[in-house]
Amino acid sequence: MEKMKVLAEWTYVPAKPFRGYTGKTLKVNVGDMTFQSKDVSEEMKEKFTGGRGFGLKLLWDSVKDTTRWDDPENEIVISGGPLCGVTQYPGMGKFYAVFVSPLTNQTYDSNAGGHFGPLLKFAGFDAIEVQGKAEKDVIVLVDADEKKVQILESPFDDVNAYTVTEALHEYFGKPGDINDRRFVSVVTAGKGAETSYWGCLNSSFWDSHRKLPRLKQAGRGGGGTILRDKKIAALVVKTHDLSGTANNPADVGTLTRLGAKLHNEILTLDAEQCRMRTVGTTHLNEIMNEYHLLPTMNYKFGQHPDADKIHSEVYGKMFTQGIADGCWYGCTMACAKAVDGFTLKTGPWKGRKITVDGPEYETAAGMGPNVGVFDPEWTTEVNFYADHYGLDTISLGTGIAFVCECYELGLINKEHTNGLDLRFGNKADILELLHRLGEGKDEFALMVGKGIHRMKDLFADHFGADRDVMERIGMEGQGIEVSEYVPKESIAQWGGYFLTLKGPQHDEAWLIFMDRVNKQLPTFEDKAEALHYFPNFRTWFSLTGVCKLPWNDIEPADNATSYPPQEAAKVPEHVQNYVEVFNAVTGKNIDKDELVLQSERVYNFQRVFQLRLGKGTRKYHNIPDRALGPVWADEWEAREEYYDNELKATGIDPAGLSSQDKCDRLLKKRREQWEELVDAVYKRRGWDKNGIPTVKKLKSLGMDLPEVVATVEKYAKPEDQW
Amino acid sequence: MKNTPSRRTSGSSLVMIIVNGEPMEWEEGMTVRDIIDGKRYVFPLLAVWVDHVPVPRDRFDDATVPDGSNVQIIHMISGG
Ligand code: SF4
Repeated sequence: MEKMKVLAEWTYVPAKPFRGYTGKTLKVNVGDMTFQSKDVSEEMKEKFTGGRGFGLKLLWDSVKDTTRWDDPENEIVISGGPLCGVTQYPGMGKFYAVFVSPLTNQTYDSNAGGHFGPLLKFAGFDAIEVQGKAEKDVIVLVDADEKKVQILESPFDDVNAYTVTEALHEYFGKPGDINDRRFVSVVTAGKGAETSYWGCLNSSFWDSHRKLPRLKQAGRGGGGTILRDKKIAALVVKTHDLSGTANNPADVGTLTRLGAKLHNEILTLDAEQCRMRTVGTTHLNEIMNEYHLLPTMNYKFGQHPDADKIHSEVYGKMFTQGIADGCWYGCTMACAKAVDGFTLKTGPWKGRKITVDGPEYETAAGMGPNVGVFDPEWTTEVNFYADHYGLDTISLGTGIAFVCECYELGLINKEHTNGLDLRFGNKADILELLHRLGEGKDEFALMVGKGIHRMKDLFADHFGADRDVMERIGMEGQGIEVSEYVPKESIAQWGGYFLTLKGPQHDEAWLIFMDRVNKQLPTFEDKAEALHYFPNFRTWFSLTGVCKLPWNDIEPADNATSYPPQEAAKVPEHVQNYVEVFNAVTGKNIDKDELVLQSERVYNFQRVFQLRLGKGTRKYHNIPDRALGPVWADEWEAREEYYDNELKATGIDPAGLSSQDKCDRLLKKRREQWEELVDAVYKRRGWDKNGIPTVKKLKSLGMDLPEVVATVEKYAKPEDQW
Repeated sequence: MKNTPSRRTSGSSLVMIIVNGEPMEWEEGMTVRDIIDGKRYVFPLLAVWVDHVPVPRDRFDDATVPDGSNVQIIHMISGG
């Protein structure tokens, strides 16, 4: 590759991390080509901790109340957090990207593994803000070796992820030393991210075993769409200042001791627990099917007789075994599985032999049973191209599932789809739709890529499709697609998905087993308690740069016998590990209550942020009928006895009713239960009836910052107080 | 063997246990594993309490469950 032209440059002295923080953040504006470094105050650490918290704070300071996703002042803020870069304890290399989302026009946060988060910190920055819009494609480089930040002219005509990532690892690595490429990490999107709202951010790491770059995705929310809207082909970070103690932790002995304990646990117990090391998260495929939770044909069903074809053993055979597939150093969980030597059968790279990252469960389910396909080879091909084009596989799966059901219901037809027969299971035409999304030219594909929320408008306006039917079956909330677990049988999970800060993503709470199978949450108050604790606890991972999987996809051998049932589900020993790891890195002295408090501060701040952007009230906590229960007779009839009993439990005798009548009556009851749940959850969270955090709540958290209180006071009404 | 008549189905000769709050037919010699299989609980991270006493995972195959027991089979969260 020819030498890239430097458009703007700024020199700096990389700050060394101390106790997990560098104390500096970087702002790059690709519109006016300026650079700025800001100090991280003690107050910022105290109130926002790091990662997503820093992202939200920096974004808050940079946008206006009226900012929309494609305004130049919108930013992508990437931050790892104080634990990001720890190598002694598994799963500590994540970053969080925060931005105003094209899908929801409110803040969104999305995480990725790969090496970008840790390398950014070791290059001197706790966060990078990227603002402005370039006139032509650029690359932003943070080069700690040369002590400079540059905006470079992009040489790429093809901006797809693998093309750009491979070239940049080679370009910035030392010539003739392929192993040097591990000191580089790249964030890209792709051509599909440009024209759809489903753009993901691909974060790379150099795989020293395979000698190629791998990609992990901050998939959700449309971060990749913003990257491309800013005409950024890639963000690159480069540093050789990399070691196991680069975070300069307060107590490396404790980190080593706790890490050794968890490594041992994973190495001895994973094979009999979740088998993450051999099949990754695909171990969930057959489990979700067994419990009626596998999304099948747009979440109509939760189980299918062909599910055996996507069994984790099938994927396990496709994944290369025996390679330490950690997405950051020190992760013995090693679930970043890959399919090597895969020959593409379609698309622009047809015939090429490549390595595919994944599929993970959500991709295997979403671009699998949810679109009526039970063929891992096909899903693997889809997975590759979705990453390459920069498309979120989850929104893609749920979005195309919606399209297929619209097609089968006759709401849209072949004329509208420009010749595609989009029935469930039609592999060739669904894959062709993906390629059209990647190309960004076909009008129908352009509509699809805007997401279900807008498809409902577009299909109604352009094709006269029945709006009411689409509202009932479109699996989205707040503008974003549901993330591949069937929620209709668990009242608590309605909240886990739809009473969230940013829409139905499963990073806040996954309560289906607790609620539906274990029967641990019998009352609305119990459900509300879980919908208070888990989102707040789980938010903490996003503040510190930590992967959630080593928390609860492995558990100590005696976890189940050492605690009462309600406690055991929290994996208390691992929670205590996180408390100690946090203290060992930062030198602070928090306990498990303070850990939840750190999260609750940011959780409530983000809620107020949504309010500031004109969202964040009760009416945006919308839930479609399909998430509440069966909508059509065939869904009911697939589990007739089960649903008849559900109806009986509400006091309605199903005898003599048609299946459609039964669906309608159950849904009516469930809507009432939904409202009851919303009230209980808002109360528990310290929010008013309209879902706005009260000033009293903010004060109790120490988050009564003047601009936050002013926002609440602007929107809160006396009649909404309890 | 415990005898808890209130947990028996009224008017029937069946003996019952309670599993996660729901009645289940009991059989002589029934083990924790039998219940797990009967319920089709394929999830690997299960924690079991029989009358509030935890049963270690390596005892599931041979730990028998007395008639009238209250059994909790907790699926740890995982997933998501
Ligand atoms: S558990 Fe998996 S996703 Fe998480 S850090 Fe380890 S390899 Fe990456």
